[in-house]
Amino acid sequence: MAITHILFWFLTALALVSALMVLLSKNPVYSVLWLVAVFFAISGHYILLNAQFLAIVNMIVYAGAIMVLFLFVIMLMNLDKETEPQKDIWMKIAGAVSGGCLLMVFVSLVKQATEMTGKEALLKTGTIGLIENLGKALFSDYVVPFEISSVLFLSAMVGAVVIGKK
Amino acid sequence: MTILALDWFLLIEKLILIAIIIFASLGIALYTTFAERKVAAILQDRPGPNRAGPFGLLQPLADGLKLITKEEIIPTHANKWLFILGPGLAMTAALMTCAVVPWGGTIDVMGHQVDLQIADVNIGMLYVFAVVSMGVYGVMIGGWASNNKFSLMAALRGASQAISYELAMGLSLIALLMITGSLSLRTIVEQQVGHVWNIVYQPLGFLIFFICALAECNRTPFDLPEAENELNFGYHQEYSSMKLGFYLFSEYINMFISSTIMATMFFGGYDLPFVTSHLSSPGIAAIVGLVVLMTKVVMFIFLFMWIRWTIPRFRYDQLMNLGWKKMIPLALANMLVTGFFILLKQNNWHF
Repeated sequence: MAITHILFWFLTALALVSALMVLLSKNPVYSVLWLVAVFFAISGHYILLNAQFLAIVNMIVYAGAIMVLFLFVIMLMNLDKETEPQKDIWMKIAGAVSGGCLLMVFVSLVKQATEMTGKEALLKTGTIGLIENLGKALFSDYVVPFEISSVLFLSAMVGAVVIGKK
Repeated sequence: MTILALDWFLLIEKLILIAIIIFASLGIALYTTFAERKVAAILQDRPGPNRAGPFGLLQPLADGLKLITKEEIIPTHANKWLFILGPGLAMTAALMTCAVVPWGGTIDVMGHQVDLQIADVNIGMLYVFAVVSMGVYGVMIGGWASNNKFSLMAALRGASQAISYELAMGLSLIALLMITGSLSLRTIVEQQVGHVWNIVYQPLGFLIFFICALAECNRTPFDLPEAENELNFGYHQEYSSMKLGFYLFSEYINMFISSTIMATMFFGGYDLPFVTSHLSSPGIAAIVGLVVLMTKVVMFIFLFMWIRWTIPRFRYDQLMNLGWKKMIPLALANMLVTGFFILLKQNNWHF
């Protein structure tokens, strides 16, 4: 068992446990912090796949910026398990059943996908995730979608400023 | 010897390097607190701490002992786990940044080439950025878990300040990146060895980065999260003993690390002009490099302190105006001008 395999299983366990804890914690602040742990584990997986740029951007954007804003909002609203209305037990069961159905659909899809049968994830190889190759791909092959998405972000920013000015 | 398909020498080498760098950062932070008090004393024309040991040199040890032996208090209504987690996170984030900094060249240890750097990743600069943005969590969690409205206000201030100034910081770095063409800190330093330092190409970028570093470290004039006349003591008001020590310490480590980053990216890192590129022995070059880098870092730390004891604190709206309405447009303009000149140079200085 190579070190990458050990790391893979460790990160997988960390990601799954943290993701479960996001759902199971009663305190929303804990949920946000567990979600940050999930992002860290996913970033670890990216590094194992030799996609360092993706890993670090995942950390900067999601763990560093978006989750901080989430934490902001939740801390300011001061949600508490005493004051927060709890869903009744039937809602919880219905949610678990429908979520389980969705999971089954995903699992069966992955199992049926012929492209993925009998293949292993390529750990520590491949160069497509390195920043140089990614930059070249984005600014040559995919330059139009890239620029259009930047316009989308600009419009979202302008919208936020307009709402904030009201 | 390969157990687990591991290169054990590499593992031990890196572990030793990590231990040395962490203890060195802690030691430097310890004596930065002393230097801060001495600098403040000199600027205010008074002797400063001079009782413990010769010239008061044992003062930081006395301070540390005092902090450790004080009573630990966790407030009754505080969130216990997060209250403990907060200072730990602040400290971890502060110490993690030094992983990608090149402290010197390569030295030869028992036939192995050892880089004086923990990890030369090709995204070094982004890594620094990611860890800096993690530093907000320590402040926010600590402030919220204390269950004190002053702490919460201070934590919110700290987080919003950090997020605002990260933007301008990132933009000023993009301009630098366009010149260096690499994110690896070692490559950036090696490009500067024997050539002009990046500060010559990016004076405005450095100024913006420096101001943002002041804001990120919560140093005066940006120390609003701990403005004691508005918020009692800031986000670590409820903390006592070594947990408070961790917060105060992580601030000094942040100062040390941001000085290192500035020296590395804009002032040639371990490069001593006209000397480093002519040193033939790599061992001597590495030692000279380490000394040179530390000298630059100490100068930056002194600059930080000089500013702290000279300039009064900003008001909160002034801080936000400076960040969003001055720093970000300035950084954007700097980026455009840099891009213009790079294109001009590629075109052999013809329009």
